[in-house]
Amino acid sequence: MHLLVCGGTGCRASASDSIAEKLKAELAANNLQDEAQVIQTGCFGFCEKGPIVKVLPDNTFYTQVKPEDAPEIVKEHIIKGRKVERLLYVDPAKKQKVEDSKHMGFYRKQMRIALRNCGFINPENIDEYIARDGYQALGKVLTELDPQQTIDIIKKSGLRGRGGGGFPTGIKWEIASKNKADQKYVVCNADEGDPGAFMDRSILEGDPHSVIEAMAICGYCIGASKGLVYIRAEYPLAIQRLRIAINQAREYGLLGNDIMGTGFNFDINLRYGAGAFVCGEETALIHSMEGLRGEPTNKPPFPAERGYMGKPTNVNNVETFANVPPIILKGADWYSSIGTEKSKGTKVFALAGKINNVGLIEVPMGITLREVIFEIGGGIKNGKKFKAVQTGGPSGGCLTEKHLDIPIDFDNLIAAGSMMGSGGMIVMDEDDCMVSVAKFYLDFTVEESCGKCSPCRIGNKRLYELLDRITKGEGTLEDLDRLRNLSHVIKDTALCGLGQTSPNPVLSTLDNFYDEYVAHVVDKKCPAGQCKSLLRYVIDPEACVGCTACARNCPVNAISGERKKPHEINPDICIKCGACYEKCKFDAIRII
Amino acid sequence: METVKLTIDNKQVEVPKGTTIYKAAKKLGIDIPVLCYMELHDLGVENKPAGCRICVVEVEGRRNLAPSCSTACIEGMVVKTHTTRVINARRTVMELILSDHPKDCLTCPKSGRCELQDMAIKLGIREIPGQEYAEMSTYRKDFSPSIIRDVDKCIMCRRCETMCNEVQTVGALSAVNRGFMAVVAPAFEQDLEKSPCTYCGQCVAVCPTGALTEVDHTAKVIRAIADPNKTVLVQTAPAVRAALGEEFGLKPGTLVTGKMVAALRQIGFDYIFDTDFAADLTIMEEGTELLDRLTRFLDGDKSVKLPILTSCCPAWVNFFEHNFTDMLDVPSSAKSPQQMFGAIAKSYFAEKLGKKREELVVVSVMPCLAKKYECQRDEFKVDGNPDVDFSITTRELAHLIKEFNINFEELPDEDFDRPLGESTGAAVIFGATGGVIEAAVRTAYEIYTGKSLSKIDFTELRGMEGIRSATIDFNGLPINIGIAHGLGNARKLLEEVRSGKANFHAIEVMACPGGCIGGGGQPLHHGDSSIIKARMEAIYREDAGKPIRKSHENPYIIKLYEEFLGKPMSEKAHHLLHTHYFNKKKDVYIK
Repeated sequence: MHLLVCGGTGCRASASDSIAEKLKAELAANNLQDEAQVIQTGCFGFCEKGPIVKVLPDNTFYTQVKPEDAPEIVKEHIIKGRKVERLLYVDPAKKQKVEDSKHMGFYRKQMRIALRNCGFINPENIDEYIARDGYQALGKVLTELDPQQTIDIIKKSGLRGRGGGGFPTGIKWEIASKNKADQKYVVCNADEGDPGAFMDRSILEGDPHSVIEAMAICGYCIGASKGLVYIRAEYPLAIQRLRIAINQAREYGLLGNDIMGTGFNFDINLRYGAGAFVCGEETALIHSMEGLRGEPTNKPPFPAERGYMGKPTNVNNVETFANVPPIILKGADWYSSIGTEKSKGTKVFALAGKINNVGLIEVPMGITLREVIFEIGGGIKNGKKFKAVQTGGPSGGCLTEKHLDIPIDFDNLIAAGSMMGSGGMIVMDEDDCMVSVAKFYLDFTVEESCGKCSPCRIGNKRLYELLDRITKGEGTLEDLDRLRNLSHVIKDTALCGLGQTSPNPVLSTLDNFYDEYVAHVVDKKCPAGQCKSLLRYVIDPEACVGCTACARNCPVNAISGERKKPHEINPDICIKCGACYEKCKFDAIRII
Repeated sequence: METVKLTIDNKQVEVPKGTTIYKAAKKLGIDIPVLCYMELHDLGVENKPAGCRICVVEVEGRRNLAPSCSTACIEGMVVKTHTTRVINARRTVMELILSDHPKDCLTCPKSGRCELQDMAIKLGIREIPGQEYAEMSTYRKDFSPSIIRDVDKCIMCRRCETMCNEVQTVGALSAVNRGFMAVVAPAFEQDLEKSPCTYCGQCVAVCPTGALTEVDHTAKVIRAIADPNKTVLVQTAPAVRAALGEEFGLKPGTLVTGKMVAALRQIGFDYIFDTDFAADLTIMEEGTELLDRLTRFLDGDKSVKLPILTSCCPAWVNFFEHNFTDMLDVPSSAKSPQQMFGAIAKSYFAEKLGKKREELVVVSVMPCLAKKYECQRDEFKVDGNPDVDFSITTRELAHLIKEFNINFEELPDEDFDRPLGESTGAAVIFGATGGVIEAAVRTAYEIYTGKSLSKIDFTELRGMEGIRSATIDFNGLPINIGIAHGLGNARKLLEEVRSGKANFHAIEVMACPGGCIGGGGQPLHHGDSSIIKARMEAIYREDAGKPIRKSHENPYIIKLYEEFLGKPMSEKAHHLLHTHYFNKKKDVYIK
């Protein structure tokens, strides 16, 4: 038997290390250490209900486990063979306990290729990766295929860059392979920076060898002997596991000189990012690795022609690499049979926001937003109404009810006014103000712009200021026109992908929620009730019984009134904190 | 050469492969507005960060607009440079840039010569939408002895960075902070004074706005002249006369020596002298030092440091005090002409006038910003009183002339005062790269060989090549001369000397490209480096027209040694005309 304990960053933050220790101790105390093994794996994806403990072979899925649950799990499940009922996942719709994780709505529609080993193997043990066909793809490539044949497989598979751009990976490799140079580089872009996104982190934490293997394959294809992983320093666990994995691969002769006796040399080093979002843009990333300011430069020249240290460089994202070994092993046809006409394979998304099942999922391209949100995601929290879903992070846009049934792929999302991006997916309900959502993203891009080009440096700031004015009730209809013109010009003139997409949250909300903008600027109302400046708290004298609970809880003494007589809120003092609203037992406080 | 054909605004053009759209359009006579872009053709410098986004154009088949300054032409490309979409984008971007730019044009030192102002006019900007609630990025002002950084006015064109890092290899300026708060600043956001800045002023020379300007001393100069208890002397550097006219609409390369003297007299300076006199004096000291080192070297003295390096250029002095601290005993110990003049003015000339040094105010007019710093150095003061009180630039002088309502073009030619106004052709060429060493050769040759030169012009030492070398035959003794202008070239040459690869007897270094004629205090060239060439021609014209062209033949120099100094490198000369250098490296980055 195997007890898989999630060792991802989220579950570790909720003491999963201690759960694993306790389980091991408990097994040892019962002299069962040879019968059942405790393994700390990468992320299971179901972060909403972490920490997760999964028992194999019966797929029992325990959620929200605490260290003190360890004795019971061992005693009941391992020794007596009875499931610990209270820790089982309850299907929120059917209100039934789910015994086998395969039947969970969260997993049913998922298809795991990039995440194939996450939540399954111990990422710090290369043998477990090898046992799952690890490094076989590299072996096959080095012994049976020449670089062009390998590139052809990737091209035929239809794999497109998962970092956001969606550029065909095989073509990228081919360009880099054709550029002649004494030295070339393979770079893995692990500078994941979208707010709320953790796809790359999970892959590196849960299955670092898949990225290492793919980088070596890429090195063979383009003729590079050096690989670099540009990873953000805020990912200490991913860095640690990547380091362990690289060292193990070196020990096994899977990195270094004369790999598998084929004469192929390849090694990987790490470079740490200092937390600049723009360094996810490949030219900025390369400058950062060179020790220069993390700033993008005009393309062309593309990195495939002149990249790191002026040499041809192939930059791919973590998730893109993680797809490569299965494609080599199972074939291009297998991979291209999954997905839509122009977007093949699967995509990992980080589900977040007002959704029941927050977590990391991998789904085939072509699945609809409705399936993702309502089946995998388990629908909207607290029975609220779905309002919008934001995809593509700060570069993406907000999609609405009418987009729920379009099949998700690179081109459809762009056509709908958003984009795939790196795979962030934030769900919003009726309480979310779309102007505020746009403002949130602009706040992010203002902070993260490098400042090199004027439209992004100043334009995003002005967009933010306009949105801020609108949420404060100071906006005008003219401002909406300005927002639109400014957004279009920034997109049209900005230097790099950051600025060229940063107005997307504004444009998509203007397109899909124009009435909400108008409500802010004309009626000076926030329909979602989120913009504080546009709210007013009043007491309904009919409903108020004069219990004084509101007045006693008001932090600024804005409420006055005699006992047992209707109270009143002074709007000049009120800070709209909502404390009175929370405390009133008679529903006498109204928000208007 | 491989070429590509493309269409710009419905016109066909064929250009070499790799040509940018901007240059291809220029070939067709189509003027695409550029702001951050700058090309100094003769120096091989091109600044094209593609940051301002003013030069964007429409390229058929491309999703977004392309920066024409940095997008290469491709075969069959169809470009439109002035469509509605482009015009709207340019205007909007310009409005954005202006929305984060101070509106104090009335008092801005760059007003009237500001490229941002010109562009706003060109693009017809009449209002900045939303200005009343637009936040401005603000940054502390940084005052150094030579340069003021007012980066609120920085538009991130990065020209200063290109000059400071690529051309000069000084590395004092680079972009710091992110996004809206991004500015160009020294490392760790130190003040310029704590950075390796040499005050060469090349950043100021290319700054399109008022973000980088010189420290203005004109008010102090006026006050000194107005003070009845002060005798105010002015000295003018050789390069000033070859460029000042540009500020009054005269063609680059017009010599205005006589008008300049007349103007200075009208402004009210008591004595109009010439730094050229001190340049001749410099040659006497530096030339003698060269011959002294050379003779001792030939006699087998192993302690002699060769090559001798010129030390006239204060930015160059700052540069080696920061970067070549192991070679501080290599440069000539001779002071620069500005400082030699000050020292002589406040001793020899003060004695002649029967005045105390405190009653004298020495003003210098220089093509240079580093001179402002140089005259404030402690070693050039006597009891706190500086040998040179104020150094103003060519631009500041032009401003003074305008302020005094002098019709410059109509001025008669006048002569400098005596004795410190007499100079030779050798002194004039100090203003151009190679000039100092040519002047030194003219004198050293005659003293060493005891023969008169048959040909005074050493054309092999002239030119705009960044690093040059020539061998001059000193009557059978070959003297190897090296010349570098631009600190990046100086660094290259010095590194060769340090590693023992180069074998020179004497090296001339000027910090600014072209020498003093291209100084940071000269009229702005706005990216047109042909102006620097025209000034150079003017300098050599002035030299050719001078009756005396060798420093040691200057009668007033001869008299100065007879009456006052004794002989070159005498004890008195040493005391007044020589200096020593400091290790500045340790000063950097220590708050």
